[in-house]
Amino acid sequence: MSQATQTSTRRDVLGTSALRPDGVAKVTGQFEFSSDLHAEHMLWGATLRSPHPYARIVNIDLSAAYKISGVEAIITAEDVPGKKTYGLISSDQPVFADQVVRYMGEPIAAVAADHPETCRRALAAIKVDYEILQPVTDAEVALLPNTMPMHPDGNLIRHQRIIAGDQNLQGEVIVEGVYEIGMQDQAFLGLEAALALPDPGGAGVEMWVATQWLHEDRKQIAACLGLPETKVRLTLGGVGGAFGAREDISLQVHCALLALRTSRPIKMQYGREESFFGHVHRHPAKIYIRHHATRTGVLQRIEAKMYFDGGAYASTSSAVLINGVTHIQGPYKCANATVDGYAVRTNNPPCGAMRGFGVVQACYAHESQMDKLAAACNLSPVEIRLINAMQTGDKLITGQVVESVAPVARCIRETDAIAMPAPLAKNADPLELVGGTGLTSLPENIVRGVGWGVSIKNLMYSESFDDFAVARCRLSDGVATLKYATVEVGQGFVVLAPQIARTILGVDEVVLDTVDTGIGSAGSTSASRQTWMSGGAVDGACRLVRQKLFEHVGAKFDIDPMRLVVEDTDIVDMIGDFRISVVEASTGVVIDETFEHHHRPTEELDADGQGNCHVAFAFVAHRAVVDVDVELGLVKVIQIATAQDVGRVLNPVAALGQIEGGIAQGLGLAIMEEIVLDNGKMRNPSFTDYLLPTALDAPKVVAVMIEEPEPQAPLGAKGIGEPPCISVTPAIAAAIRNATGKELPRVPIRPQDICL
Amino acid sequence: MSVVVPRTLTDALSAMAANPSALLLQGGTDLMVEINFNHRKPVDVIALRRVAELRAVKIDGKTISIGAGLPYQEMETGQIAQLVPALGQAARTVGSPQIRAAGSLGGNLGTCSPAGDGLPVLSALDAMINLRSASASRAVSIHEFMVGVKRNAKMPDEIIVSATMPIVRGWQGYAKVGVRNAMVISVASCCLVVDRAAGTVAVALGAVGPTVIRCRQAEQWLATKVDLKQTATIDAKLAAEFGQRVATEARPIDDHRSTADYRRHAVAKLSGRLLQRSGAQ
Repeated sequence: MSQATQTSTRRDVLGTSALRPDGVAKVTGQFEFSSDLHAEHMLWGATLRSPHPYARIVNIDLSAAYKISGVEAIITAEDVPGKKTYGLISSDQPVFADQVVRYMGEPIAAVAADHPETCRRALAAIKVDYEILQPVTDAEVALLPNTMPMHPDGNLIRHQRIIAGDQNLQGEVIVEGVYEIGMQDQAFLGLEAALALPDPGGAGVEMWVATQWLHEDRKQIAACLGLPETKVRLTLGGVGGAFGAREDISLQVHCALLALRTSRPIKMQYGREESFFGHVHRHPAKIYIRHHATRTGVLQRIEAKMYFDGGAYASTSSAVLINGVTHIQGPYKCANATVDGYAVRTNNPPCGAMRGFGVVQACYAHESQMDKLAAACNLSPVEIRLINAMQTGDKLITGQVVESVAPVARCIRETDAIAMPAPLAKNADPLELVGGTGLTSLPENIVRGVGWGVSIKNLMYSESFDDFAVARCRLSDGVATLKYATVEVGQGFVVLAPQIARTILGVDEVVLDTVDTGIGSAGSTSASRQTWMSGGAVDGACRLVRQKLFEHVGAKFDIDPMRLVVEDTDIVDMIGDFRISVVEASTGVVIDETFEHHHRPTEELDADGQGNCHVAFAFVAHRAVVDVDVELGLVKVIQIATAQDVGRVLNPVAALGQIEGGIAQGLGLAIMEEIVLDNGKMRNPSFTDYLLPTALDAPKVVAVMIEEPEPQAPLGAKGIGEPPCISVTPAIAAAIRNATGKELPRVPIRPQDICL
Repeated sequence: MSVVVPRTLTDALSAMAANPSALLLQGGTDLMVEINFNHRKPVDVIALRRVAELRAVKIDGKTISIGAGLPYQEMETGQIAQLVPALGQAARTVGSPQIRAAGSLGGNLGTCSPAGDGLPVLSALDAMINLRSASASRAVSIHEFMVGVKRNAKMPDEIIVSATMPIVRGWQGYAKVGVRNAMVISVASCCLVVDRAAGTVAVALGAVGPTVIRCRQAEQWLATKVDLKQTATIDAKLAAEFGQRVATEARPIDDHRSTADYRRHAVAKLSGRLLQRSGAQ
């Protein structure tokens, strides 16, 4: 670690705010996103989707569509040569609906034609006869014994209980609640898109695609195509955000199938409306929860029943559920627990990964409860959290001991120490007031509130999954070339990887090779894991190269390689006065090394929810200050103060970007972002009606990064992508409760929830 | 598909006469969205953006005429915002800067959605909508122009040229509820105009009925309670009762943006607050 922690004035090494190589291109509109992909003689692909949440397909008539000039192919379920289904954990989702559609928007057919408009006409000409069935859209109803299963796998995707300690303990103080979380969309800006090029004779396919995990996509695509994985080659197309929505397959298989069918390049891309139907969302959840504590506020036992609505197909629901149940205690010590969690199939749109992954739902419930407990014990929100704050060495309700650095109390104290914003000025600019441009509210209509949220989040994949990462480093003539399959979705690995190489190798020039399946997997860009996992792989590969370089220099100049170290851009002898620049030392040689980084193994949970199922944890505290127009139910978030356990800051600007972005996303869930469903039908699949925070809604963020290097992490740094969006939602909700006195058990909090 | 790009109103009207089924494109903020959503397939389009006459502003001391193609950004500040402050405020609530650089009153009137941000102002000011065809011109009251949800009285061969409204002495204002602080479609909106010379008040509501609603009963009731020719502080109780009366004239529905109950509640509060603001100045 010495190279990394030294105070360096060198440009763009670890610890500096090195600039993203793709930054200027992105802000000037020059960046090539997947939707900009193009190939000579390509055809366009498009998808026919079900307008019904639940229906039997009686007949599909393609004859009229085939008569349209320019239509080259139409494919349905019977044209899938390999496996008819796909899925991240269980393969339960049809490539095309086969006899039954289980959610509104489920793909039924795909068309290839010479122009997007021809595709649209062809889709309109496909005649599908449906027998409409009554959709099941409530997770609890779906589990009732008399509810018919809607899928051969049944309506229960997974049940997990956690039984810890005394099952009969009754606290001196008991608080309970029922909390609901609405369906949030990841709403990335760069829409789904891919380009597929068939190999001659249909022997294979090459694809450029915006995804989160190239190798997992390849595995699922190859299985559906009936091809060996080696015949499916994937290259990363430009990605404009992901947040979990690109973990599942969307258009990949359709695009590849059309390319193989037509022997022509196929371009597919979704518009915004189709995107809402084409990817999974955050699970809506309902959580019944009871906290037991002593009169002085010491948490003793948690009872919870948690229902996660997985929608029609499993996606990652079973893993989301595990995150939900294992994080329901929050970042607090608790010895006794009785938890039942259910991931359930319904006819709502499928739900899967989204930033926070099951912990967002749990956190909203446990933080709402902590405030109730504080009130019942006559403690402040800060006091109740400090009394119960977890620390390293504490045992979770799963029996797992927290070995990570766990500065929970410090996160709370440092957040508390951040100055509160100035009170609302009587002559404030109207745009600074609640209602913004709508001029709804004057200072006398506005009440200010303060609220807290603190969270614990697991890092990396859990339950015995070995999500390793591979990286390769080649050094020659003073230039390091890095090769990996790590997907850049906006998180910043494109800037971090060269920072690592510069720091370890003492080079200035770092070239990033194409991100593709021409190397081993890097795992998914999700679960706050790439800095740790792919960062560890790049770090490992660079260290192997450095060792080889030391050996080369040692042999050439007759110095024991053990005595050599990298100092800035030179190799120096720690004992003697030998010094040579890395550029000179590597001139004329080629050193090429590959490293595979694994995190420590984890275990599955047993029937009682016991087991060391998580790798590591990160913590964060949020304090929200909001202005509320109580009469109209309108909210403006004024300030978010936060102290986050980051391990070590590798790039301050990039870290702050993650924190501010996560807070905006958590704010969205608190007060505006929700996919509105009516009996399984999506009512607002557009940015006119699915509202994201704008610049006028984004609060001032005051962030403190707590640096206590994590011994387990290769660079000492914890993942920082997810924590910012988790506890900010309950913090904002608590602040609105503080301003209004209302219970507000559901997010997003709508105006009518406050004022009616 | 054909696109005609006339440079003068006369050319635009001849193009309309020649092809009354052609779609009129002004800022495109409604039409292009409908085309992108595949709700509409344009066959022939007459693009009005280059017709300078449609951006004209005429002021004669008593009235102001605003060209149907004048973008909202031109109304946010300057002379229009000074003479018709409620219109300036409504203009600021429209979409993003890009949308306000393109969107216009002509678009709001042509689409005639009850959520159109400019329409409550036109209603409260009893604006006249000036229509032209190749062979005739006419002026229609805004109240007769708006016929129903996305339906208006424009004939297929007519172009909306401008809206004329009086320059009123007295307070006026506009307020709109959306679920975020900018760039949001209206959940409920309200425009209130006090005419000190006539001693009357006008209140119009947006997004709480099939078209913009004028609350004539509440207006008349208020005129019996307050001498509107004078500036007077409005007490909270009176404002609240006025708001309640306004709300009874709303005809809101439940949809994915909000509920009827909330919309009714919101217009009660907005109109009461606007009335109080009118008395404070």
